[in-house]
Amino acid sequence: MEPNRPTRLPAAGIHEIAARLGPIFWLAVIWLAMVLFAAVTAGYWPVPPPDRMDWAQLGAAPGAPLTPAGTPSAENPQAGGAAHWLGTDTMGRDMVARLIFGARVSLAVSICSPAIGFLVGGLLGCLAGYYRGRLDAGIVATMDVILAFPGLVLLLVIRFYLGASLTNLILILGFLTIPAFSRVARAKTLGLTELEFVQAARLTGAGHLSILVREILPNVVIPLAVYALLVAAFMIMAEGALSFLGLGVPPPTASWGGMIAEGREALDTAPHVSLIPAGVMFLTVLALNLIGDGLRSLLEGRAHP
Amino acid sequence: MTATWGEHLLVTHLGRKLLRLLLVVLAVTAVTFLMVHLLPGDVAYTIGGETATADDIRAIREALGLDRSMLAQYRSWLGRLVHGDLGRSYLTGEPVLQAILSRLPVTLELLVISQLLALALALPAALICAYRSGSHVDRLISTGGFATLSIPSFVMALLTIYLFSVKLRWLPATGYTPLQAGVWANLKSFVLPALSIALIEWVVLMRVLRSDLITTLQQHYILMAKAKGLPPWRILLLHALRPSAFTMLTVMGLQVGRLLGEAVIVETLFALPGMGRLLVTAIYARDHLMVQGCVLVISIGYVTVNSAVDMLYTLLDPRIRREAAVGT
Repeated sequence: MEPNRPTRLPAAGIHEIAARLGPIFWLAVIWLAMVLFAAVTAGYWPVPPPDRMDWAQLGAAPGAPLTPAGTPSAENPQAGGAAHWLGTDTMGRDMVARLIFGARVSLAVSICSPAIGFLVGGLLGCLAGYYRGRLDAGIVATMDVILAFPGLVLLLVIRFYLGASLTNLILILGFLTIPAFSRVARAKTLGLTELEFVQAARLTGAGHLSILVREILPNVVIPLAVYALLVAAFMIMAEGALSFLGLGVPPPTASWGGMIAEGREALDTAPHVSLIPAGVMFLTVLALNLIGDGLRSLLEGRAHP
Repeated sequence: MTATWGEHLLVTHLGRKLLRLLLVVLAVTAVTFLMVHLLPGDVAYTIGGETATADDIRAIREALGLDRSMLAQYRSWLGRLVHGDLGRSYLTGEPVLQAILSRLPVTLELLVISQLLALALALPAALICAYRSGSHVDRLISTGGFATLSIPSFVMALLTIYLFSVKLRWLPATGYTPLQAGVWANLKSFVLPALSIALIEWVVLMRVLRSDLITTLQQHYILMAKAKGLPPWRILLLHALRPSAFTMLTVMGLQVGRLLGEAVIVETLFALPGMGRLLVTAIYARDHLMVQGCVLVISIGYVTVNSAVDMLYTLLDPRIRREAAVGT
């Protein structure tokens, strides 16, 4: 990675870019699109509601039929689907339903938290890299403190103080990503300020604000956005880990990490309760990593022909 | 004259780093203090129990010095810290330092064993990949490694439990045996937790070592060694490995610093009585001084490891030294 070259998307044709990214990249995009689609349409699927407990089917294997105990009305046992396609969890709740509603939590966290880091961290990093001096030192020092601070303590405090909710979780995780974004943005900006086109802008009498907005930002935004994809992958894992510790989204809201945690006690009798959401989480994180990595090498391929 | 000038710059640079290190730790403890005090409810309620009256609570708070202002409490904490006194747990009366010293070895042992396991996996993989770079084996291992990095640590922990203790029944899923009860029994309780960290960490080490090895293998002296007819294993192990291992060892150091704060998941899952668990328990119980102590130790560990790695580079690479002297 060479920070001091401007990175722009290659000026090649769409088809050429698509071919260069390879089939695996597009498989990852398709998987992510499917997860997104499932999350958006979660309420319309022919499955039982995610919090309805089917007492006759605790930890049932995939494909188990619906029983009257878990259907809305005894007269119409087919309501809400034909079967538990992926089985039920240890409380008899439908796995498919919980997976698609859990996708909402994972996607919300993986979109909103990096967005906070991207905006705040990116801005601070650009300012630090551009103005240098005291401002730079101050911002870097603040970021060091955030990095050295155990994030878990912050999370627990906010949880106790403001309550456990998805919004708070997103805010805290977003806050904790600020240093990483600011580092990347600062490094990019530091390299850019030395380059000819920035110097040229300065010589033509452009003000600081104009240089920052017109010359620096466009060259920092794209690599930073690609970096955000990798952070998004990490956020899904972080949300999972927190839910796993019981510090994520409060139950009964379904989340993948929570599902994996709930199945932990039943690993010997009903391993699918943990392993299916673990697999879904793995594929989603992998998809984000693949897309981020593919785009990054596309950008760098342009930087070193 | 130039030598003393250079040395002078170096000392100033290191001194400045040390000062910054101290400031970061100080800031972290101050923020922690503030945060823990913002938590609603306090330890007096926990000690007093459900039957405590308002007077009882007030008495407990006075006895513990909790009725003073936050600043006064922080100042007295700092004052005692200078004398090596971290205070006592509000709940058990156990000295905080002693509690930490009894838990820290567990976390450190976990980290050391996991890094050794990761190294045992990364070393052969990197050697094979670098020697046959671009081959099917290389691509298979590199792709597998990339995929492995998408597995969250708690899922990896779960998978190792599922495989080794549920399916194969080789090892118990949880439980901790102290060192006093026998070295073997103690090591056995670390196998699964360390493995679940190592199975992810090895990829990080492998990638760094692989790319450094590939660079080294293009050097002339390797060509010379090949021309002399030395067998590949000799070239790799005796000639190429050592000059290529520096970055990987650095990364290993950084990982230990990072894991110090993040071991809590693995510790919780496998019921290991380490630092992470101590911290979480203390936060739940509002055991302020214990939280302070833990955060202090974790942040010192993190900052020290990072700076040590930084300084090592500064000492070994004169270019960074000059930049540092000219720049910040």
